[in-house]
Amino acid sequence: MSSNQPVLKVENLCVELEKNHRPLISNVSFEINAGEIFALVGESGSGKSLTSLAIMRLLPEALQVSSGAISLNHQSLFSLPEYQMQKVRGRQVAMIFQEPMTSLNPVMKVGDQVAEVLRVHLGLNRKAAREKVVSLFDEVGIPNPEERYDWYPHQLSGGQKQRVMIAMALACEPDLLIADEPTTALDVTIQAQVLNLLKQIRDDRGLAILFITHDMGVVNEIADRVAVMKEGEIVEQAETEHFFTDPQHPYTQKLLSDAIPKRENFEDEALSPVQNLLQVNDLKVYFPIKKGIFQRTVGHVKAVDGVNLTIPKGQTLALVGESGSGKTTIGQAILKLVDATAGQVNFTNDQATQAINLVDLSEKAMKPFRKKVQVIFQDPFSALNPRMTINEIIREGMNSLQVGPTTRAEQDKRIESLLEQVGLLPEHKYRYPHEFSGGQRQRIGIARALAVEPELIICDEPTSALDVSVRAQVLALLKDLQKTYQMSYLFITHDLSIVPSIAHHVAVMQAGKIVEQGLVEDVMQNPQHDYTQRLLASAPSLVRQALEQA
Amino acid sequence: MFAYIIRRLLYAIPILIGVNLITFALFFMVNTPDDMARAQLGAKQTSPELIQAWKVSHGYDKPLFFNAKASGFDKVTNTLFTQESLKLFMFDFGQSDAGRQISSDILQRMVPSLSIALPTFMIGLITNIALALLIVLFRGSVLDSVTMTIAVAIMSISGLFYIIAGQVLFSKLLHWVPISGYATGWEGSKFVILPVLIGVFAGLGSGVRWYRSLFLEEINKDYVRTARAKGLSEISVLFKHVLQNGLLPILTGVVVVIPTLFMGSLIMESFFGIPGLGSYTIDAINSQDFGIVKAMVFLGSVLYIFGLILTDISYTFFDPRVRLNG
Amino acid sequence: MIPLFNGISIYFFWTDIMIWGLFFSLLAWSRVIGRSEQVKAQWHRVFESKVAMIAAIILVAYFAIALMDSVQIHLAHANTQPGSFLDVLLAHLISATERTYSAPFALHEFTKSTQLGLNGEMQQVYLPLKHVNANASIGMQTGEAIALGLLISAILIGLHGLYLAKRNQTSFPQMLSAIWLEQTKLPWRTAYVTLTSLVIVMSWLFKLSYSYHVLGTDQVGIDVLYDTLKSIRTGVLIGVLTTLVMLPIALTLGITAGLFKGWVDDVIQYLYTTLNSIPGVLLIAAAVLVMQVMINNHPDWMHSTAERADLRLLFLVGILGVTSWTGLCRLLRAETLKISQMEYVVAARAFGVSRAKVISRHILPNVMHIVLISVVLDFSSLVLAEAVLSYVGVGVDPTMNSWGNMINQARLEMAREPMVWWSLFSAFVFMFILVLAANLFSDRVQTVLNPRESVK
Repeated sequence: MSSNQPVLKVENLCVELEKNHRPLISNVSFEINAGEIFALVGESGSGKSLTSLAIMRLLPEALQVSSGAISLNHQSLFSLPEYQMQKVRGRQVAMIFQEPMTSLNPVMKVGDQVAEVLRVHLGLNRKAAREKVVSLFDEVGIPNPEERYDWYPHQLSGGQKQRVMIAMALACEPDLLIADEPTTALDVTIQAQVLNLLKQIRDDRGLAILFITHDMGVVNEIADRVAVMKEGEIVEQAETEHFFTDPQHPYTQKLLSDAIPKRENFEDEALSPVQNLLQVNDLKVYFPIKKGIFQRTVGHVKAVDGVNLTIPKGQTLALVGESGSGKTTIGQAILKLVDATAGQVNFTNDQATQAINLVDLSEKAMKPFRKKVQVIFQDPFSALNPRMTINEIIREGMNSLQVGPTTRAEQDKRIESLLEQVGLLPEHKYRYPHEFSGGQRQRIGIARALAVEPELIICDEPTSALDVSVRAQVLALLKDLQKTYQMSYLFITHDLSIVPSIAHHVAVMQAGKIVEQGLVEDVMQNPQHDYTQRLLASAPSLVRQALEQA
Repeated sequence: MFAYIIRRLLYAIPILIGVNLITFALFFMVNTPDDMARAQLGAKQTSPELIQAWKVSHGYDKPLFFNAKASGFDKVTNTLFTQESLKLFMFDFGQSDAGRQISSDILQRMVPSLSIALPTFMIGLITNIALALLIVLFRGSVLDSVTMTIAVAIMSISGLFYIIAGQVLFSKLLHWVPISGYATGWEGSKFVILPVLIGVFAGLGSGVRWYRSLFLEEINKDYVRTARAKGLSEISVLFKHVLQNGLLPILTGVVVVIPTLFMGSLIMESFFGIPGLGSYTIDAINSQDFGIVKAMVFLGSVLYIFGLILTDISYTFFDPRVRLNG
Repeated sequence: MIPLFNGISIYFFWTDIMIWGLFFSLLAWSRVIGRSEQVKAQWHRVFESKVAMIAAIILVAYFAIALMDSVQIHLAHANTQPGSFLDVLLAHLISATERTYSAPFALHEFTKSTQLGLNGEMQQVYLPLKHVNANASIGMQTGEAIALGLLISAILIGLHGLYLAKRNQTSFPQMLSAIWLEQTKLPWRTAYVTLTSLVIVMSWLFKLSYSYHVLGTDQVGIDVLYDTLKSIRTGVLIGVLTTLVMLPIALTLGITAGLFKGWVDDVIQYLYTTLNSIPGVLLIAAAVLVMQVMINNHPDWMHSTAERADLRLLFLVGILGVTSWTGLCRLLRAETLKISQMEYVVAARAFGVSRAKVISRHILPNVMHIVLISVVLDFSSLVLAEAVLSYVGVGVDPTMNSWGNMINQARLEMAREPMVWWSLFSAFVFMFILVLAANLFSDRVQTVLNPRESVK
């Protein structure tokens, strides 16, 4: 974009653990020019965030820079004493972080938090600082800035908090802005807004931005140049256009293909007439709001408000929506883990000709259906009891629901074969969850559900905590298992990009209601409802293109 | 918030009834009204008529918890328990075994108790927090590990040792302050200084360790990283952002104690001869005066519950996220 | 009474039975946890710290003395007072009672007494002590004691070294050199050094106690060393047995409240708020007063003062247990609430696993670290509390040996001129070492077991 002097120059940066000198970042070099957005991409643990903290000289205490140099406007940062470095932070380099929820001081007014930067670096008085903050709030698109100045972080939405962080970063007109996954915690519609804001600021101010992300869609949207990091090293650096059309390094190629999974040929399957396995009719889940001296119920939070869904046998229904839309509650209501306020969940058994309404069943009567409907969770870390071996974890369901072999030796055999099916080794059964990576744990979760031979698995965001390459593997595994066992999935996700690769049908959810549902092809290519259209428009263009080809 | 406080106050009633139930059960497990009458009347005049008369005049002729003879509501209300509880709820503590009015004794003795407990509490709190912040500033250094070792040693020594050693050192050997006693006004400060210092010192070990761990927990949070990225110095990060947030968990443990400061400290007051509620209680325990023990138990519970409510209210001032909904 | 041989028989008080029961269940428990690799690795990590190793050895020494003091021995032939195994070991100290105060290593009494002189006039003289051997050379005896200590510890270390060598399948000398060069995972060298110094100190005290009152005598001439050693049992028992009473209450109520929520939770919360709102010392005091009257009203419950003191200790432990479960209960309730929201518990519910199994498989193992940490932490505060309670007059029986009673009896002695400091000093030092060891050990347990700190 611009070809003047580099604002930031990182040369052969190496970071290691202080304790045993294990290298975490090796020989990382790059430059960022004024007015340029430079994206640093990589999977978790690749060292991208550490690089940014090294620039700020805010590395965790256990780490140290072993060699290399960083210069900002030709000034070497590593040679500055700490008190001068404090003058650089916030003034010449500013930073915004991934979690807007926790990155602001919860007990301080947001306006004061921004004003603090101005007062420290520019020595503004209270009144001048306030005026400046209000105009900054206005610039980053916070409505009623004068009033919002006195609000506390918890009163703002996630997107607005991130805007406050951006205002804080811009306050002293820095030369470099480091944005560490600034949109990862946000819903797609908000993400699009924040990305636009960053681009606009870059254009207005000629700011250099170091943008750290794991999301290829976002990179394509915002970056001028891209560097890919893997295990602490930069494996490829390129202009954005070249990067996406002609990736050089095999790792980059794989990363790109995993990032936007291809559409499977589901259409014929989806159109072929099959029996419906589960039908949700007018399901309502309300949570009471209690108030007053005697804690009377004064109203309800309508988490799920009259939802109709149909899950055909052997096929996948994707349930898409933003956070708080009630997707997870539907899953829990089907599993009878929360009580439905009204409505029916009709399950059509193999043998029975008539569907059975799960909502009305007692816990005892529900038990035979528990083996039919199983669940996989989002967080692979909390989904497995840390004090049980894999063996015990998988065996628990088999024993409780009396599925499969009853003798211990035969159960052991079954557990071993299950582990092999999900791509793990039989000897893994003696280990504890903490010895496995996130992707492996997700596989164990799948094996646990498979052990009771379910007909329907509710997959509650099973891939959203995983890196793209691992995500691709887990999705492939789920598809394989579906083919083998003719299972149905209710696939709950906020991530539009994976819908075409996994689902036959899709339902879009907003504020407790389904606004649109149908075949993936129909909904994605020709959305009818206003909200669906907005959702699709907010998706990064890379994802949008993939969806349109679906 | 108003509705909230009303609700908490209403909730306090069953708790206090529970407290009374416990003390009553304990009391009458060993003392029948006959025993009390005999004790009160003295050994000479213990004819059954006199005992009966004493019981009637003091209301001890009623059954304990359930009056089978009475009708309707009176079955529960016309009992010793209800009558005595009502008296306690009106803060009418009656007479001690020695025949003194307990209520007036308590009022009189609150001030000396406070003159020890309040400064100990305030100075202790401030020193603990200041020291903890200082140690957090030098976390991971030699200073950190040395002070933490000292802190463990301080909390491993019995509080009685500090009192006895303090009295011997400062009063007996150095003659800086009198060994014990109490006076009002500025005169009294010389009596107060040693117990306060000893109280502060004895609490230093566990206090500093606790606050340090609270602050260390805060210091790894994201907002602290934001504050550093703003270019604030480590000292302003600590004393502004970390202190402000670290105070919140401290509130829970600290505010609840404030009302109970009135109760004084048993050990301190008896060692230093302070005529406060602590020594009052300890004397009552030693002379087995159940009237006073009962009154103090009730008072202590009331103050504790008051402290709990105060804690919740204090949160609305210090934590903008907390709003007390009815 | 269980007869052994030669007319020697042993019997147990109630608290003796409890402590031995606890001891054996701990042994059984350690066998059970030995099966889980995870738990074994955790304990291994606890002992990797040198400080924890030293603290553990000191704690074991205290516990051993307490256990020795918890077997009552009856000798049919001997004309001695009934007493514990420890009393038999220290029989020479029991018989070596003087008239009154004497300083450590003193040869005469602390105060002058009036005596009729040779010429018939009254004299103020220091009377010599009856049970000291002024001719014994302290240096010689120290030498002998060190030699004895080294011998004992050499045997102990040798046996342990052999065991380690066998387990690691190396030769004995190789094992010893590995330990000396600190190449073992656990700090065995530190352990051996601690053990040796401890054994030497103990044999020194034991050896010299035959010739002197090493820690002096108290007002009625009882040897202070004996008094302090006997107090160990009281301190340890209060610290340990209270937990035994408190733990089941806290566990049941805390987990039920957190898991069942609703009205069950309300009732349990009401219970602990009520109990918590009563000032702790007052509740204990009131309960102890009741207990005193009860014991006085039922003289048939016990046959001797020792039994009476034991019964009172039993009640005190019960009272402390019943009044101290609230803190742990609240922690367990909060943790159970948190765990019951965890996805692995939700998964178990989706498998139709029963409540009882959810508790035993998912909740209990995941709250054990909280229980352990609080048990170890409570131990030291209970030992300290005993002293305060005995001072207030609601502690153990006044006839029972305890640090609290020692301090209580001795505190006025500081006002004497010159001071009688040794009673207080001994009580405080012995208490300090125990509490410090417990605190340091609990620190280590906390750092290892706290999941927040061992996330990596």
